[in-house]
Amino acid sequence: MSVTNLLENWAEFRHTHPVDDVPHDPYKWAMSIDMDTCTGCNACSVACYAENNLPVVGKDRYEHGQAMHWMRIERYWPEDGREFPDQGAQFLPMMCQQCEAAPCETVCPVGATNHTADGLNSQAYNRCIGSRYCSANCPFKVRYFNWYDYPTTENVWPAEMTMQLNPDITLRGKGVMEKCTFCVQRIRAGERSVKNEGRILRDGEVQTACQQVCPTNAITFGNLVDPDSRVHQQWKAQRVELTVDEQEKDKEEGGSDLRGYRILEELRPYPSVMYLERVRESAI
Amino acid sequence: MKDINEDIAWAKINTDVLRSLESPRKLYWVIVFGALAVFSVAVGCEVYQYNMGMGVANMDNPHVWGLYIATFIFWIGMSHSGTLLSAILHLMHADWRKPIYRFAEAMTTFSLMTAGLFVMVHLGRLWQFYYSLPYPNDRSLWPNFQSPLLWDAMAIFTYLSSSVIFLFVGMIPDLAICRDHLHAGWRKKLYTVLALGWEGTDRQWRNFRVTYLTIACFLIPLAVSVHSIVASDFAMSQQPGWHVTSFPPYFVAGALYSGCAAIITLFIILRYTFKFEEYMTLAILKKTVRLTFAIAMVWTYLNAVEFASVWYSHDIASKEVLIQKATGPYAIAWWGMIFCGSVVPLILAFKRFQTNIPVLLVTSLLLNLGMWLERWMIVAPTFSHGIYPWTWDHDQWPSWVQWGMVFGSFGWFTLLFMVFCKVFPSVSMYEVKEMVYHRTLASKKLEDSGMQESGKGAH
Repeated sequence: MSVTNLLENWAEFRHTHPVDDVPHDPYKWAMSIDMDTCTGCNACSVACYAENNLPVVGKDRYEHGQAMHWMRIERYWPEDGREFPDQGAQFLPMMCQQCEAAPCETVCPVGATNHTADGLNSQAYNRCIGSRYCSANCPFKVRYFNWYDYPTTENVWPAEMTMQLNPDITLRGKGVMEKCTFCVQRIRAGERSVKNEGRILRDGEVQTACQQVCPTNAITFGNLVDPDSRVHQQWKAQRVELTVDEQEKDKEEGGSDLRGYRILEELRPYPSVMYLERVRESAI
Repeated sequence: MKDINEDIAWAKINTDVLRSLESPRKLYWVIVFGALAVFSVAVGCEVYQYNMGMGVANMDNPHVWGLYIATFIFWIGMSHSGTLLSAILHLMHADWRKPIYRFAEAMTTFSLMTAGLFVMVHLGRLWQFYYSLPYPNDRSLWPNFQSPLLWDAMAIFTYLSSSVIFLFVGMIPDLAICRDHLHAGWRKKLYTVLALGWEGTDRQWRNFRVTYLTIACFLIPLAVSVHSIVASDFAMSQQPGWHVTSFPPYFVAGALYSGCAAIITLFIILRYTFKFEEYMTLAILKKTVRLTFAIAMVWTYLNAVEFASVWYSHDIASKEVLIQKATGPYAIAWWGMIFCGSVVPLILAFKRFQTNIPVLLVTSLLLNLGMWLERWMIVAPTFSHGIYPWTWDHDQWPSWVQWGMVFGSFGWFTLLFMVFCKVFPSVSMYEVKEMVYHRTLASKKLEDSGMQESGKGAH
């Protein structure tokens, strides 16, 4: 970075850093989640714990709200006059939305969270000083802070349990912020393996852990700029655009047949996750 | 009622002020050791938190900011009154500030140092704090110039260094007096070095005046900018309850308010412990009290503006946060803020209480309690009732570690302040002399013109 960068468009510079990167070429990673098929089974959350070396913090810490679930299943209870068990919960899987104009990125004093050219919101653990401004400004509150030193003093993975840790991922010590990465280690490994073949990743070659385990295929992940990818087709079918803050669905008068929407779009973070609205009755 | 007795001899001013460096009342030592004990609580809490992680402060996701940030704003705010008294009133030629500006300026410096501590204890990885500084390194890694937190770090550092220089420069003639009057010892050596060879020649006085005025002019925009930038930490964010355009002036008004209230508190304490009754007179106290009252009303007005603009906006999330503040788990603190910040200062409107020391001591402490609550109510409720519903059922209360640190910071501030007042003259000797001189001249002139008037009448 230099003064020239500062005087020119700094936001542009952030987006394409390092210098030769071109945004969204050839990848823009995105997701779509079908709330109709989601059963709230939490398998995605468990898979995320296993894949990303998330510490299981224990009951006490969980009660204190210090859980580290990058992928969380939220429950909503519609106010329709019914009570459980007559009424079932509605589930919403929530993880980092990898916003294109991420509110967390601009506020980090040290630039520990940045945008990659393939549309991920990256987090550099080594650079993080733990000011927690990113979490304070995150509209979705999907950032999780290491309140304790889980790998060492908290002894989350005693003795042999370290054998089940994912070697592709670092363990995070106390005082750094972390969040869903769209399983960036899998993306990078996939990119490297196809580089030898001189091509780019095809749809389905990289799956996120949550997508892989979802028993009902509610989660679709892929390259949004690849017209053959399932995620691209879903976004297109729902006429959801990445770069607008109001979708066709909201513009249609008197309700719409379209189901695709993005959460808190009006704040203009331009999330990379599209949700498909629930249309069936609650599970019970 | 005169601001100061015009018959005080210059030599007496010297002796009285220099005496404060030697023999304060016993209460001084009680305060110093009390402050040390209170500060050690904070040290203990920090050691524990440093070793265990931030979790012991009982913050959680999403309540990632707590009392540290609130108290940080509080101390930054406290620092504004020093500049108000020493720089703004200096430019306005309000000479009643002269006996009290020195300690107000010291208060600025020390409260900034206290605020700096809170930035540090707030960081999850305190040992890496230097990442936020733009230092040259071979990987060309720079801090993020878009982040209001970075502006904060820079604004505070600039303000702190400038106010230290201002405090020091304003003290040079007095340090020379100390150098000339004290018997040999480490202090004499200290004053000799710090007085920079001051002899009181005309040329030195001229240069001194120009320098002092220049720094005063430099400091005023800094004081306004530093708290506006602290306000930007919130106003620049997207969160309901924070994303308020009027925050910068609101913060600056709040800062001047709590600073003036603190000046009243310290005025009363210093006046008693160092036997400054002749210099810190009730007339000056009265002027400070009136100033505080005026600022309190400005703050109340800006508060009302904020509520109104949130209430009549179409931003449902912000409105919800406001309702939550008044009715939710923080209701006691929020109404406490309204009471202490807007109702209690009405006492100051009564002439009878404007010079009543016990009443003023209690009132000024209550005002600052209100202002501390205000900062807390800016920071915390947004987290418990944010824009995203998942945050709504997460209750959170600061642990004893956070409270201990807040409590201890008062010890740290008092300790620094009290040590300063014992080592350096906390009343400006040369400015008090000036004040006495000018006042004498003025009353003489008045008498003369009065005689002429009456003389004319006789003709």
